[in-house]
Amino acid sequence: MILLRPIAALGSAVLAMLAAVGRVALFAAQTISHLLRPPFYFKEFGQALITIGYFSLPVVGLTAIFTGAALALQIYEGGSRFNAESVVPSIVAIGMVRELGPVLGGLMVAARVASSIAAEIGTMKVTEQIDALVTLSTHPMKYLTVPRVLAATLAVPVLVGVGDAIGIMGGYLVGVNRLGLNSAAYLSNTVDFLEFWDVASGLIKGAVFGFIVALMGCYYGMNSGRGAQGVGRATKAAVVAASVMILASNYLLTELFFSA
Amino acid sequence: MITLHQVHKAFGDNHVLRGVDLTIPKGESMVIIGGSGTGKSVMLKSVLGLVTPDAGQIIVDGQDVTAVERDAFLARFGMLFQGGALFDSLTVWQNVAFRLLRGSLKKPAEEARAIAIEKLRRVGLKENVADRFPAELSGGMQKRVGLARAIAAEPEIIFFDEPTTGLDPIMAGVINDLIREIVVEMGATAMTITHDMSSVRAIADDVAMLHDGVIQWTGDVEQMDTCGDPYVEQFINGRAEGPIEAVR
Repeated sequence: MILLRPIAALGSAVLAMLAAVGRVALFAAQTISHLLRPPFYFKEFGQALITIGYFSLPVVGLTAIFTGAALALQIYEGGSRFNAESVVPSIVAIGMVRELGPVLGGLMVAARVASSIAAEIGTMKVTEQIDALVTLSTHPMKYLTVPRVLAATLAVPVLVGVGDAIGIMGGYLVGVNRLGLNSAAYLSNTVDFLEFWDVASGLIKGAVFGFIVALMGCYYGMNSGRGAQGVGRATKAAVVAASVMILASNYLLTELFFSA
Repeated sequence: MITLHQVHKAFGDNHVLRGVDLTIPKGESMVIIGGSGTGKSVMLKSVLGLVTPDAGQIIVDGQDVTAVERDAFLARFGMLFQGGALFDSLTVWQNVAFRLLRGSLKKPAEEARAIAIEKLRRVGLKENVADRFPAELSGGMQKRVGLARAIAAEPEIIFFDEPTTGLDPIMAGVINDLIREIVVEMGATAMTITHDMSSVRAIADDVAMLHDGVIQWTGDVEQMDTCGDPYVEQFINGRAEGPIEAVR
């Protein structure tokens, strides 16, 4: 019997994980269902768009510029081993738009937005504001979850697009000013090399990551435990879950988009 | 009229409600008393559908609460929450007029604001608090704003959850008097849960004592002091000795 204990523990952990996945899937289905049915809270959507999209621009921009700059340095250093320094613009561009732009942008938004949504909704739950919404004939999913999830799904691809451009600019600044690459050649290499699908796939990833970030923030906020500790746990869980799901879905989407 | 019939609710092993039977006549003010953690809030939230009972039936004006159209049903209620439950991100007037700014009772913003200011005046607050945020107000002012929000849409039924908790005795008296005045003025059916005996005497027409998951005693507030029920006597006199265990 003692030998079976680890197997039983593993089994119960797997069952708990599957149950959690089921609850999140159900929450996502409810969100989409409410998204398609009135009433719609346009003002809350607009506010969420500004909070999630506009106010995330600095952090996404800073992440992108330093990533693009570091990428240019690394590729130059690696490429110089076999006299291929000229690939810097094209690799920086493809690296940013396909992978680093959406993934790092998504992770930064997860850190900034999933945490703030989970903390805000979690605090609303423990201070009975969610119950108050219900008694005021307002569905919390429609009023709190739908505007945030929709705003993040639409805003994060835009952030990713802006991040891509800033990241490429970071690579350009380092390439031209630090590594001595020709400015016109750098730009033409970047533009000629990138294809529509490179950019579009990154933006689609951004939309998926935005959906994940807001969904996790709302899910953990709505299911927050009692007190400050409960809200703290919900916030931490939202960021961890959003980050892991971003990385996992990034792999799946890359397989889907680019595997032959 | 609100009727609860054999309502049960458990959270895991904790059987909070074990067969609650209670009737609140239309237009009456019923106060539910009982110690902390005896299920008073659960009972109140069960009527609103915020908590789903495991068994039993709750009837409001002849309709089973599980079979009603939720929005129309909830539009008949107003509720003052224990901590106010004001929305931090909205100003005071937007909190008060919340129901009037969206949904089936939606009115133009100017009209909603005017109603909100009138309700704020009714609870003794000046117009200059209307554009402040809840966090800028004292506890007593937040309770008043919560009360103004509860009555903003002229509900037929108003619930008050621990209306004087956390207030000084003078402010508690002010809130009690306000609740009584408003309930009488509006002719609303009221259900208040509290363990503050000054609230009971100020607000109640009828009193019910909840203990061990059932209603131990119910009757007219004037009979409360002479009812002879050992649970009620221990509770209203605040004695440590008696059938209610002091350490629960």
